[in-house]
Amino acid sequence: MLLRHTPKEITERTALTINPAKTCQPIGAMYASLGIHGCLPHSHGSQGCCAYHRSTLTRHYKEPISASTSSFTEGASVFGGQANMLQAINNIFSVYDPEVIAIHTTCLSETIGDDLKQIKKKAQDEGKIPAGKTVLGANTPSYVGSHVTGFASMTKSMAMLAEPKGKKNGKVNIIPGWVEPCDMEEIKRLMRLIGVKSIMFPDTSGVLNGPLSGEYKMFPEGGVTIDELKSCGDSCGTLALGEWCSADAARWLDAKCKVPCKVLDMPFGLAATDRFIDALRTVAGVTIPEEITLERGQLVDMISDMHQYLYHKKVALVGDPDQLIAMTEFLVSLDMWPTHIVTGTPGKRFEERIRELTKELPYEVNVKAAGDMFLLHQWIKNEPVDLLVGNTYCKYIARDEDIPYVRWGFPILDRQGHQYFPTVGYKGGIRLLEKILGVLMDRLDRDAPETKFELVM
Amino acid sequence: MATATATKKKSAQWDPAEVKKELLAKYPAKVARKRAKQIMINEALGNETPEISANVRTTPGIITMRGCTYAGCKGVIMGPTRDIVNITHGPIGCGFYSWLTRRNQTDAGPDGENYMTYCFSTDMQDSDIIFGGEKKLERAIQEAYDLFHPKSIAVFATCPVGLIGDDIHTVTKRMKEKFGDCNVYAFSCEGYKGVSQSAGHHIANNQVFRHIVGENDVPKEGEFKINLLGEYNIGGDGFEIDRVLKKCGITPLATFSGNSSYDQFASAHQADLNTVMCHRSINYVADMMETKFGIPWIKVNFIGAHATAKSLRKIAEYFGDQKLIARVEAVIAEEMPAVTAALKEITPRTEGKTAMLFVGGSRAHHYQELFTELGMKTISAGYEFAHRDDYEGRQVIPSLEVDADSRNIEELEVEADEKRFKPRKSAKELATLEKAGYRFKDYDGLIPDMEKGTLVIDDLNQYEAEKLVELMQPDIFCAGIKEKFSIQKLGVPMKQLHSYDSGGPYAGFKGAINFYQEIDRLVNSKVWSYMKAPWQTNPQLSATFAWE
Ligand code: SF4
Ligand code: SF4
Repeated sequence: MLLRHTPKEITERTALTINPAKTCQPIGAMYASLGIHGCLPHSHGSQGCCAYHRSTLTRHYKEPISASTSSFTEGASVFGGQANMLQAINNIFSVYDPEVIAIHTTCLSETIGDDLKQIKKKAQDEGKIPAGKTVLGANTPSYVGSHVTGFASMTKSMAMLAEPKGKKNGKVNIIPGWVEPCDMEEIKRLMRLIGVKSIMFPDTSGVLNGPLSGEYKMFPEGGVTIDELKSCGDSCGTLALGEWCSADAARWLDAKCKVPCKVLDMPFGLAATDRFIDALRTVAGVTIPEEITLERGQLVDMISDMHQYLYHKKVALVGDPDQLIAMTEFLVSLDMWPTHIVTGTPGKRFEERIRELTKELPYEVNVKAAGDMFLLHQWIKNEPVDLLVGNTYCKYIARDEDIPYVRWGFPILDRQGHQYFPTVGYKGGIRLLEKILGVLMDRLDRDAPETKFELVM
Repeated sequence: MATATATKKKSAQWDPAEVKKELLAKYPAKVARKRAKQIMINEALGNETPEISANVRTTPGIITMRGCTYAGCKGVIMGPTRDIVNITHGPIGCGFYSWLTRRNQTDAGPDGENYMTYCFSTDMQDSDIIFGGEKKLERAIQEAYDLFHPKSIAVFATCPVGLIGDDIHTVTKRMKEKFGDCNVYAFSCEGYKGVSQSAGHHIANNQVFRHIVGENDVPKEGEFKINLLGEYNIGGDGFEIDRVLKKCGITPLATFSGNSSYDQFASAHQADLNTVMCHRSINYVADMMETKFGIPWIKVNFIGAHATAKSLRKIAEYFGDQKLIARVEAVIAEEMPAVTAALKEITPRTEGKTAMLFVGGSRAHHYQELFTELGMKTISAGYEFAHRDDYEGRQVIPSLEVDADSRNIEELEVEADEKRFKPRKSAKELATLEKAGYRFKDYDGLIPDMEKGTLVIDDLNQYEAEKLVELMQPDIFCAGIKEKFSIQKLGVPMKQLHSYDSGGPYAGFKGAINFYQEIDRLVNSKVWSYMKAPWQTNPQLSATFAWE
């Protein structure tokens, strides 16, 4: 037993987090920054944070993750990091020559109280930012929120590059939230099929799913361009996918640039995808192409074919709020029973939303926003489940408790595929179902006595 | 440098001076001057070698391989000890990223106490930053104690903790007194201290020595008792070394800190010899144990079959016991045939190939042994966080400058322990050994082992790494996870020498064979020939398509 010290009995903890279900803001900001074309993320703080974020993103995406750091030492920590940052900006443009530097803060620079805006202004005044290049920044103190908050903040900073000219550009802004590069690609495919012209930000497709070709491009082809971001203030509207990841940016554009917005759930599963596609239909004023209706039908077909294996199976979930909300709705729609749900990202609304989605179920779900995986494990010990869905750290619980387990979320450090096979949209729903069914049916096969072992299932 | 391409033609002989010039060409003048001192063309003059600049700050904005003090302390040194509850005091990230990511393998042993799979953090919130986190830390320690009743709880400070001035040492002292049966102590290893992980190693050494070593005087049984310092059981290296040592009849008492337990540290002062693997991360403890308890230390290296044999002989020679010496020879004789057979089979495919190693504080040196055994040449190497002594040898230590960044790392004042100091050898015995060429407290560093004209580069960064690969076209490049994929995109195989990708062990005799096979797999992999599609290698549409 690898988590043998986890007791079944649950005692209250007020200070000690054990096996966190979240991590810190800057890594989210770094991931979002990588979705800008030609952008080098910059971590304003001590070297360690940047090294950790790069390592974790690299292990998850299996792609090079370049990011620079202000390399604070004790002096900078006492006197402030302005000098370090100015030097960094100068060196970055000389050596790496990116189009954009996206700076995020760390606990250290936030505690010191470095003022990003003022430092950027100084860099500008001193001519350290070459003409045509962009420097943007986001405050990402990790003692507030989680990695999701950092992602949202950097996304909002992208929106704030908007320079409305007052003439509509005929496009829809789409903010996909923290999903995989392939999910972003899939969302773009759906929009193309429907005929909606869009500006997607951030957009890591074409950045973090690159080929092996004997060439290393520090700044690959993908990513939203600065011109697109400037023009997003002239879009007809913004669709923000996920309240936690994407809403702030969309609401800012609404308030400041009069670009109306709609915050939708992330399109995981049948119903959330239906709402997404329907919103696109309304926005574009078109009829949905047969191809998409067909994909939807295929998903429904698979649900009906396989319903018997899913029916009333209990599920434990850990992940980020936007993902979990959509997943919970999907599971309920499959007649599965989400039973224990934990996200590390704090916020009452999450618990309310989950309760709302599960209110028809004949039991009360265990849900906690500021929870951790230790608590999730304890809940499982008290009320066992048939399926566990979450990031790679779940493998320890899955092994100890012998639970079928689907890797979904961030980070996934021990498997491939998440970069390439989307789980958004109807096709993504089919992929999710395939994965869930795979582990459930493998378990049936494993445990079936010889008399009940079946060829056809 | 938006795009770099490594064409797979064997480059003509490169001129090291040219390469160095190229590496520096793009830097602003100030950066170029600084980097120039960290890039050295090896003149192979033994100890006369020119000075290299090391353990100096990384320039802001330069994409470095380095991490921070916390990583060196909590991640490297303290992380692998299974039965200590390690609480990170700080916001959530630092604890999260150091949770199970270093591949230190662990055997939970008969008592089954193992917290390696857990991550404990105070998850500081803004109110803690504003009003101080001591209260929360105290509660967190109490909660950990109530839940697990561990023998020991360690607290690690992250950046904000130092800034807001939480007195973590007072809190841990108070909790230790309160519990009575649990040793609680803290590490002021805020990430901004020092210039790299290295500062964290030192801080960890100090506190382990101050709070744990010597805590257990209950005698440990066994003949030829040694400690192995600076071995972290990545990929099971420590398991293989233990196997070999035990086979020789040597008793490994404590490992700092792969697959270790609290009690190993606590009883480590009972050993009769300290053997040091990673000089950089752990030489402080070796020195302090010598002063306080009278345990001499020697440098060993279990990376490479010949180095392993040499290290075993060195240990046996120290004890001077004929039976031990004979047994070590018998073990070497028994283990070597498999090594020789593997080399015989593999070397024809690896001979003459070239390697680059940029990692850590000792591995960039140790692993050259294995490449040499494979007939491969290391054309460029350097450390991520070493000091000059790791490059040039320990004789430079007295001349090392103390700068603003090293000054704030505490140097413990250690004296001989009145009761427990016991010279392991008489002055005469030591003299005899030394006269016969035996060297204590000695490390020559990486430079003397590299050939003339090779490039030794400290704190190599991403830009230089690509340039080097482009210019010198090595057959394999070794570094860490952050460097892995940018190098591989260039079509050059990359081996992680921090975490071994998913491989290992590579130490000892069996490990050496694993490594030979791994390098054979990498440098001869077919995948590098798939990079271009047929229509890219032959873009001209010549004839019409030939239907059958
Ligand atoms: S929690 Fe703060 S100090 Fe720790 S890695 Fe994240 S940003 Fe850095
Ligand atoms: S040199 Fe090796 S042993 Fe030392 S810290 Fe680095 S990886 Fe670890």
